[in-house]
Amino acid sequence: MSNTIKGKVFVLGDNIDTDQIIPAGHLMYSLEDPEEKKFYGRYALSGVPDEQSGLPDGGIPFTPEDQFESEFDIIVAGRNFGCGSSREHAPFALQQAGVKAVVSPSYARIFYRNAVDGGFVVPIESRGDLTEHFNTGDTAWIDRDNNKMINERTGEEFELLELGEVAHIVDAGGIFEYARQNNMF
Amino acid sequence: MNLTEKILAKAAGRKSVEAGENIWVDVDILMTHDVCGPPAIDIFKKQFGQNAPVWDKNRLVIIPDHFIHTNDYYANRNVDLLRKFASEQQLPYYYDVGGEDYKGVCHIALPEEGFTRPGEVLFGTDSHTCNAGAFGQFATGIGNTDAAFIMGTGKLWVKVPETMKFIFEGEIPPYVMAKDLILQIIGDIGVDGATYRTMEFAGDGIMNLDMESRMTMTNMVIEAGGKNGVIEPDEVTYDYVRQRTSAQFEPVFGDTDARYHSVRRYQCEDLLPMVAKPHSPDNKATVEEVAGTELTRAYIGSCTGGKTSDFVAAARILKGKTVKLDTYVVPATTEITRDLKTITIDGQTLWSIFEEAGAKIGDASCAACLGGPPDTFGRLNGQEVCISTTNRNFPGRMGSKQASVYLASPYTVASSAITGKITDPREYLTEGTPMADAV
Ligand code: SF4
Repeated sequence: MSNTIKGKVFVLGDNIDTDQIIPAGHLMYSLEDPEEKKFYGRYALSGVPDEQSGLPDGGIPFTPEDQFESEFDIIVAGRNFGCGSSREHAPFALQQAGVKAVVSPSYARIFYRNAVDGGFVVPIESRGDLTEHFNTGDTAWIDRDNNKMINERTGEEFELLELGEVAHIVDAGGIFEYARQNNMF
Repeated sequence: MNLTEKILAKAAGRKSVEAGENIWVDVDILMTHDVCGPPAIDIFKKQFGQNAPVWDKNRLVIIPDHFIHTNDYYANRNVDLLRKFASEQQLPYYYDVGGEDYKGVCHIALPEEGFTRPGEVLFGTDSHTCNAGAFGQFATGIGNTDAAFIMGTGKLWVKVPETMKFIFEGEIPPYVMAKDLILQIIGDIGVDGATYRTMEFAGDGIMNLDMESRMTMTNMVIEAGGKNGVIEPDEVTYDYVRQRTSAQFEPVFGDTDARYHSVRRYQCEDLLPMVAKPHSPDNKATVEEVAGTELTRAYIGSCTGGKTSDFVAAARILKGKTVKLDTYVVPATTEITRDLKTITIDGQTLWSIFEEAGAKIGDASCAACLGGPPDTFGRLNGQEVCISTTNRNFPGRMGSKQASVYLASPYTVASSAITGKITDPREYLTEGTPMADAV
């Protein structure tokens, strides 16, 4: 797996909870069926209030109404991303929409664990809040080997934190792959 | 070691563990429901085989509760999937919708059915699984993948959390409920104030609470980001558990020299009725500060605010009164529905008190606590301003993202339903307010 992620950034505020990431009314589709699971991409982040959707200006739908994938690849969010319910549908929905990584100064525990154990998106911790340094639509480079993130528009460079002990699970692609590699069953 | 460390050490088969360590624990109970059960089952089958048996069918509890009384095709299909799996695996603890066994909200069904036992480890595919910590159990929410892993192996890795201790000293005033205590704490430490940590509640203020009120405390630790909430078990705990199960359990207790991340003390006599204003559970205010705010709806229900004692509290205030707001009453479980029909205040059942007051009573389930399909009972479909005994008020939580939700105790919600505005329960709770009749 390449350790560089390049893509278009979508900026969100603090405390984006799982009801905003995937509203409860959309939790019933199958996560396996290829036709049905597309709806998770369609409705990803559809619960974010309009004025906060795509900062700083807001009013930018994450996935346009007639699409199943978003044009954005990287989410730059404020603190406590993924708080609220334990629904694994949340990191799954982001993955279905095409998100590769989330960058936030802190995560809610269950979201973080789900993202890692299910191998859906890489939850990367930034040193400090980066939301002031990105506009929705900017292009960013994430260099995981050197724990750096660059905003192509401004040239600014930011430090990311090491994944630490969960890096093994992320690199394996999830908890099952990790357990198999370690002969746990 | 503190209480949580003690339970985890026991489950890991070790003499001791330390906060920050990653350990593998044996799971006593795994609970799942209609939203997360079907995808967890899919993963289980994919990873362990279409016909693989679960690790222990006596330890897997499946409780459909979220999207129950709806015509939504996908929601009903999810319950069908659970039913099929339960029959394939011959699961003794599956509480089917529509049948006599149907229970309602999982976190209250678990204790009612005797699965919340001191000293044990419970995982559930729902963030409010932390509710069960009220019984001195280690209980926390997980995702579908982790649940599938447990279904196959009976084990899971956990990071041993640090513990924040909250001590309540003295006597809680009669107009203050457990909901006010926990809203106060969440407001003080913020929605991420306990992320990755345990919240342990102690002190005579807590130990004088009944089991339902203790659950109101531990239920909402997730609203502060907590991993689990816990209260040391005592005779009140054992009485409750023994009435519900004959299963043996071994309670554990924290050591006197246990280490904590931090200790906070509250004097109960200083506590006041609280609300969480829109759109975050930590957006705290005293009821006095927001009194008079115009409302359009009141909602009494959910795992945190739809238990028997919550309805007794609301009925004490609503008896002989009429509500000004659209008021929805949703018992968490079918057992609580039965209580509404049998428990009386001055000879009148709670059910009849609510009906006479003009409230609408729904069937036991999660209902509008998490919005759900558009035809869900009590769902906020527009710009409602709702006062609710539920546990979350993030944008869109109860349905429409244009709606606003205030979280409050059953006393405060009932008082506000009468006036149509946020109202201090002290206006309706007086010396003369009737108590429930003795059974
Ligand atoms: S009642 Fe509400 S908080 Fe409790 S389990 Fe149901 S949806 Fe979750």
